[in-house]
Amino acid sequence: MGAVIVITSGKGGVGKTTTTANLGVGLAMLGEKVVLIDADIGLRNLDVVMGLENRIVYDLVDVVEGNCRPKQALIRDKRYDTLFLLPAAQTRDKNAVTPEQMKKLCAELKEEYDYILVDCPAGIEQGFRNAIAGAERALIVTTPEVSAVRDADRIIGLLEAADLCDPKLIINRLRPDMVKRGDMMDIEDILEILAIDLIGVIPDDEKIIISTNRGEPVVANENGSLSGQAYRNIVRRVRGESVPFLQLYKNSSIFSRLKKIMGLSG
Amino acid sequence: MNLRALLNALAGKQDSKDIAKERLRLVLVHDRTSVSPEFMEQIKEEIIKVISKYMEIDTANTVINLHKTEGTAVLEANLAIKAIRRPG
Repeated sequence: MGAVIVITSGKGGVGKTTTTANLGVGLAMLGEKVVLIDADIGLRNLDVVMGLENRIVYDLVDVVEGNCRPKQALIRDKRYDTLFLLPAAQTRDKNAVTPEQMKKLCAELKEEYDYILVDCPAGIEQGFRNAIAGAERALIVTTPEVSAVRDADRIIGLLEAADLCDPKLIINRLRPDMVKRGDMMDIEDILEILAIDLIGVIPDDEKIIISTNRGEPVVANENGSLSGQAYRNIVRRVRGESVPFLQLYKNSSIFSRLKKIMGLSG
Repeated sequence: MNLRALLNALAGKQDSKDIAKERLRLVLVHDRTSVSPEFMEQIKEEIIKVISKYMEIDTANTVINLHKTEGTAVLEANLAIKAIRRPG
């Protein structure tokens, strides 16, 4: 029996779709059977991030309306044959799917696949309700900005109200140089405010843009970027492994400096 | 406190991240206390239920309000008492 995980954020543009694609590829790299559902009806994007935009025949709305079987709509990934995409419909609106239909679909898919990742649309309306309906776990993506953290806080409340407790936080686009200068909230600041568990931090990385240009998620490039490594670590934590967090910047508190000077810590 | 924060404090400056954090804290106090009328009604009923164990409450003249001021929120309950029960 598989797990259904929704990737959500409230605010748009913080990296939900990129995160969904990377976690999906990362899980498939470890041999898991994965389905990615693009729940952003009318504004589908997971297909282009995955580089599968030319292969779409059926979509999510076709499946829930019974125009095709789920299997017919699933697009197999180019490189990982245990990874599938269920694309969103582009010409319909969010009301084309109901939470009950999503629940049923997710229940059906998890019979056969290990992980169902649902890419949630921005906002807190119908599209959000649909996306979370079938999920039993939630990952919240935020960036170290006031607006994104505020929206994440709202989403945490709404998830709790929907009995989706214990969501995990992904902090995206962290810039260690700015944190060091005191011009960006750091991980502890955000965790203190949101009071939920952290599952990973993705450093801001131009390689993500480059890989998205190509339609090849950065996580698959094993010899290279820090962001890819960060995603691979999150993948392992999603599977229940305990993986130490990447050291993105040094803690330079007076105490640790003093200790260093006095030779107490390395 | 790290060295930078200490130097800033001495110079009377504030890191922009601390400004961000402080603004966020304030806005969340406000967001988190934006509750629906149904929710307020529920709180009111429960408060009346608890207090009624000790006092007889005039429920018609009971008002519960959530006040938000800068940085804090206060729950204010005005309960009109009809009679106080004898301590058992």
